[in-house]
Amino acid sequence: MQKVILVEHDKCTGCRLCEMVCSVKHEGVSNPSRARINVIKWFMEGFDMPMICQQCMEAPCIAVCPKDALSRDEELGLVVLDYDLCIGCKMCVTACPFGGMGIDTVTNKVIKCDLCEGDPQCVRFCFPGALQYVDANVANLRRKRDAAAKLAELMSKVVVA
Amino acid sequence: MALNRQIAYINLSTGEIETKPIPLEVRKKFIGGRGLDMYLLYNHTEAGIDPLGPDNVGIISAGLLSGTLSSASARTHMAAKSPLTGAVGSTNMGGFFAPEMTWAGFHHLLVKGKAEEPVYIWVNDGKIEIRDASHLWGLSTRETQNALKEELGEEVQVLCIGPAGENLVRYANIMNGMKNAGGRSGMGALLGSKNVKAVVARGTMDIEIRYPEEALEYDYEVMKHISGTKFAQIMGKYGTMFIQSVTNSTGLVRTQNFQHNQLLDAEPVECEHIEEYSFGTVGCFGCIIHCRHRYIVDDIYDEGPEYTAQGAFGWEVGCNNFETILKGNHLVNHYGLDILETGSMMAWAMELYEKGILTDKDTGGLKLEWGNDEAVLELIRQIAFREGIGDVLAEGPLRAAAKIGKDSLKYNIHVKGMSNLHSDERPTPALALGIATGTRGSDHLRSRAAIDLYHLPVFLLEKVYNNPVKYEGKFTSDYRDYEGKPWEVLWQEMMYMAIDLVGVCKYHCVFLSPNLMNFEHISKFLYYNTGLEMSPRDVWEVAERCYNIERMFNVREGFGRQDDMLVDRYFDEPTTRGLEIVRGKTIDREKFNEMLDEYYELHGWDENGMPTEETLERLGLDKEPSHML
Repeated sequence: MQKVILVEHDKCTGCRLCEMVCSVKHEGVSNPSRARINVIKWFMEGFDMPMICQQCMEAPCIAVCPKDALSRDEELGLVVLDYDLCIGCKMCVTACPFGGMGIDTVTNKVIKCDLCEGDPQCVRFCFPGALQYVDANVANLRRKRDAAAKLAELMSKVVVA
Repeated sequence: MALNRQIAYINLSTGEIETKPIPLEVRKKFIGGRGLDMYLLYNHTEAGIDPLGPDNVGIISAGLLSGTLSSASARTHMAAKSPLTGAVGSTNMGGFFAPEMTWAGFHHLLVKGKAEEPVYIWVNDGKIEIRDASHLWGLSTRETQNALKEELGEEVQVLCIGPAGENLVRYANIMNGMKNAGGRSGMGALLGSKNVKAVVARGTMDIEIRYPEEALEYDYEVMKHISGTKFAQIMGKYGTMFIQSVTNSTGLVRTQNFQHNQLLDAEPVECEHIEEYSFGTVGCFGCIIHCRHRYIVDDIYDEGPEYTAQGAFGWEVGCNNFETILKGNHLVNHYGLDILETGSMMAWAMELYEKGILTDKDTGGLKLEWGNDEAVLELIRQIAFREGIGDVLAEGPLRAAAKIGKDSLKYNIHVKGMSNLHSDERPTPALALGIATGTRGSDHLRSRAAIDLYHLPVFLLEKVYNNPVKYEGKFTSDYRDYEGKPWEVLWQEMMYMAIDLVGVCKYHCVFLSPNLMNFEHISKFLYYNTGLEMSPRDVWEVAERCYNIERMFNVREGFGRQDDMLVDRYFDEPTTRGLEIVRGKTIDREKFNEMLDEYYELHGWDENGMPTEETLERLGLDKEPSHML
């Protein structure tokens, strides 16, 4: 079963710990501008949304790569970047609609989420649970349950009435 | 790595900016953050200077572990001679500013002189510029940040002042975000006096982590532990408002200035009410506790409130109305006012009004009656803009009392000219000694032995408080006792200083729970993140050195034993409410003085509270000012 990083932005407290642990894990430094994940903040309005590679099925980054450096690993559900083939043209950065492909400010290489070989550190450190690494088949279950709970509440009122 | 972050000297009078590395020997002696700020303050000021004049310096800093893997490494520190008290001015705020300044290459900014016109300071990847801010003058803290984000990009972090700082209200704040406030001791007024509206940071420079894998593992272990504690869970749900329900039911809150020690009908201000207005909690940088709510009331959107908001706009001013707390909290954030001082000054004014010392003539017709919600909200505005009676109250306890005259000072609840928290320490000698001896004035954040209130068994007190230095006396579990308490105060002073050196939030150390970070954790975080090898005992020694230099600053300004004192009401007026065990309590003057004697002796200070020559020599402070930086 493929696993996916599920983002539940309503649980995000905007602390940006995920950015720091991502850069430490991949580069050995704390530097959010080199992280694969970023919390996009409306700082003064109070909305936070973690943004990360969506590991698309029909990935625009794969489609535009002139050297076939990007490919899909179906077993892991992961879009893989092969640095031996990458020429650093950054077409993938242009093509990605989510900003999932980034540019490392120090090496100038393209960077993207690699799911930390199956143990994503952003998820591990997200104690509020805004980021979860779950089997694909349960990715939408919480939303379903929330919606069902509302319906259940309404129905109980109707029944009582 | 963190150790290569620089210091910048910014002369606003001449426009000169000089940057320097911070030598390792200085790091080993003072580590950084509040400690190194205090060293710089002592070295860059002369005794007796006007706090609002160009000779005062403002030092803005990040802790050594800011933006690293060390639990919540988010705190920004600022120091100067206080415009409120004339003693050490010092503040510490959460948010996102300090890590951003660290990614921009700097740990300390020392601002001196005075700009002719309003300016802001732009700190970006190793470069610093002084820029025109005339278009920002007069804006609220939120408007200022929005304008600067519009100008420089959404990613920048802004430390700024509001109208209160511009108008030199002596307890004006610095702010980052909606509610992260550097309060107490008037650091906002200091920036206002220098015509500095804001400091803006944006950084993309690496902070090299010395042992990344170990740092990740250790940080995870500590965070997992903290997140599992009951303390973190309730903080994440209600923030510090949870403290109200515990302390009020015991009888340990200060209501209507100092008239009672318990609010009888507390239901309307209890923390659960936040759920009606909240749409979630938020955290500072890297924090898993997330202790503040985002809330909406009427057309107001803001963050908070905390225990102090409940006190300031609730039980202190007799407004038993949760919405007044939410609205008052918004106004002080908007104007950049210290919430605690604002609430205490208003409560004092209301008691004076009740006693006829202040009349309608003085207040311009504003009815300062207990529970007058509209008057409270209007008075906040008047203080921020120094209008009417607000202009007098903006001066802080001692100057305002001198202006009002009569016996108004007798009713003010302060230490060293800074107002007390909205808690009542008459039944709790450890807490009373803590506020009396605070270097920046009455202070619950630099020495409070809060866990003393938990009646912990002696073996547990020994486990916490005998580490890493052993106390030779006896501990007592009863919070009404005087025995062993001076050491608890001293130990907490060292703990809070240590956590301020590295820039981690106090809620992550032994403060409200005995089960959180201590000197050992700081030692390990320092090693994994920076490679600095310092034992818990070494960290303690640095904290002691920094605390002593803070004390030396006050001694140089003429503060002594007479200033480490509570107001008479603590000794003369017994408590009347609360549990049986806290009723009829005053602080015993003789026993208090005995505690003070022991506290001085434990510190290695003389009977007037001055560090002795041997103490200074032992801590390597005998040649100060030494001008290493």
